[in-house]
Amino acid sequence: MVKIIYADHSGTEREVDANIGESVMEAAVRNNIPGIDADCGGACACATCHVYVDPEFLPKTGEQEAMEQSMLDFADGVQENSRLSCQISVSAELEGMKVTTPESQH
Amino acid sequence: MSADQKIVIIGAGQAGGQAAVSLRQAGFEGTITMVGDEPAPPYQRPPLSKAYLKGKLDRERLFLKPLQFYEDSNITLQTGVSAQKIDRAAKTVALSDGETLDYDTLIIATGSRPRALPLPGAESSNVFDLRTLSDIDVLKPNVQEGRRLLIVGAGYIGLEAAAAARELGLEVTVLEMADRVLARVTSPVMSEFYEKLHETHGVTIKTGAMLAELQTQDGAVTAGVLKSGDVIPCDLVLVGIGILPNEEIASEAGIACKNGILVDRDARTNDPSVYAIGDCAHRPLVHYGRDGRLESVHNAIEQGKIVAAHIMDAKRPVEDVPWFWSDQYDVKLQIAGLSQDYDEAVVRGEPTTNSFAVFYFRSGRLISVDAVNAPAEFLTAKRLIAANADISPELVVDQTKTMKDILAEAMAGQK
Ligand SMILES: Cc1cc2nc3c(=O)[nH]c(=O)nc-3n(C[C@H](O)[C@H](O)[C@H](O)COP(=O)(O)OP(=O)(O)OC[C@H]3O[C@@H](n4cnc5c(N)ncnc54)[C@H](O)[C@@H]3O)c2cc1C
Ligand code: FES
Repeated sequence: MVKIIYADHSGTEREVDANIGESVMEAAVRNNIPGIDADCGGACACATCHVYVDPEFLPKTGEQEAMEQSMLDFADGVQENSRLSCQISVSAELEGMKVTTPESQH
Repeated sequence: MSADQKIVIIGAGQAGGQAAVSLRQAGFEGTITMVGDEPAPPYQRPPLSKAYLKGKLDRERLFLKPLQFYEDSNITLQTGVSAQKIDRAAKTVALSDGETLDYDTLIIATGSRPRALPLPGAESSNVFDLRTLSDIDVLKPNVQEGRRLLIVGAGYIGLEAAAAARELGLEVTVLEMADRVLARVTSPVMSEFYEKLHETHGVTIKTGAMLAELQTQDGAVTAGVLKSGDVIPCDLVLVGIGILPNEEIASEAGIACKNGILVDRDARTNDPSVYAIGDCAHRPLVHYGRDGRLESVHNAIEQGKIVAAHIMDAKRPVEDVPWFWSDQYDVKLQIAGLSQDYDEAVVRGEPTTNSFAVFYFRSGRLISVDAVNAPAEFLTAKRLIAANADISPELVVDQTKTMKDILAEAMAGQK
């Protein structure tokens, strides 16, 4: 189990026990975290799982593929620490990571 | 909405599951009973012909929500039970286990079922459908390296299965009655691209191929015989020749149907206490000024949210431009809009590079895009169609401009 913290734009935080190997999106959906709809179920096709990653953890979330980059290019409110949470695989290194959901997803 | 209200949802799939989740999210406090005839809780079908078929995804990861969620959210989920009859006067639903459920509001989310192959032999033990988790679970042990797979029907799901089967080392032949693959759903440029893609990966594609007979031995199909006389020996058969809406439970109760259960923008049928959502519903397509039936995850989720909003007297969510995706080999297709009645198609990029997009116009208006490994084109077109933007075919194919430039230019002209 790896602890991931999901914050919404207003600052409300929810802590979730994520399984190693599942995606940060899947852990959110399992635990009914608002703001991560994940319509395509992780196919990198919808961009409804956009999150801002705690910059300190960003390098540990792995490389972005071209597909994800292009999807993010057109997402609302992209920032340097934007990721599609379905493309981040939970690993022990992510223990305590905080991700924030953009206001547009609420 | 008072707390003693009873909502019954028939069908525990993508749309029904979403409706239940959205109702609770919106604060509905009455009872929710969801009845599904499959053994599993609501799950996602897209991976069935993709990662799940390839054995790359566990069963539980398909579920929309873990089982515990329904208990925690006070949603009564009855799986393995089918609804058999709606009595609209008494406001009850009779179930296959003999129980009768009362409702104040009924949501029909029964989805669709595969069209059956109308040939003797279609019931054989090695002929499979591609619709449910159980379909794939019985199919999977048969999907073994070196076996000869015959796929009947070259729609997206059949082609996805072809790709998965090739990756697993089967010999694959795809039969299509029309003169090109995906004939019903896309343009000749796209069909040609997919035919080449599959041929490059070793799939034999036969178009204009009418399956006339299934040869069987000991209750199993051993070959397909075409009208032309060609015989295609095989070890297993997959049928993907389209789907039919599960509307009978509604039509038998006197609810208006026409290729699906007829609903308005709020997903309501001609009975104000009954809604229909997802694959089984025939709905207004607001971006196109007509009605139609959609078979997609987007549609199921959207109507699930719409129904919850209407029941809760909340504002109707803005309808998105219909969208869909398909994954085959390393090619991701994203479709925005509906191209059916286009009168002009232009291509941005070069199909041979495996990254390009086909933009469809009707009477000079952009109505749809097929974007192959081209998310920027997909997302841009989706926005342009939503805004009913005035954009010319010349502009979208202009590769000296990025999609961002094009989006900005077209939106500026909007005002
Ligand atoms: C293999 C496959 C791949 C797909 N890939 C994609 C894709 O990549 N992208 C995309 O957008 N869409 C895809 N789709 C389509 C998408 O999955 C469907 O549009 C979506 O599941 C529709 O949701 P629904 O709730 O309307 O129907 P379903 O999910 O089918 O749910 C309906 C449920 O109701 C049950 N039911 C029916 N009648 C009764 C009754 N009388 N009593 C009780 N229960 C009943 C059914 O058995 C079923 O479980 C795919 C579909 C399949 C089969
Ligand atoms: S869930 Fe659709 S892109 Fe992440």
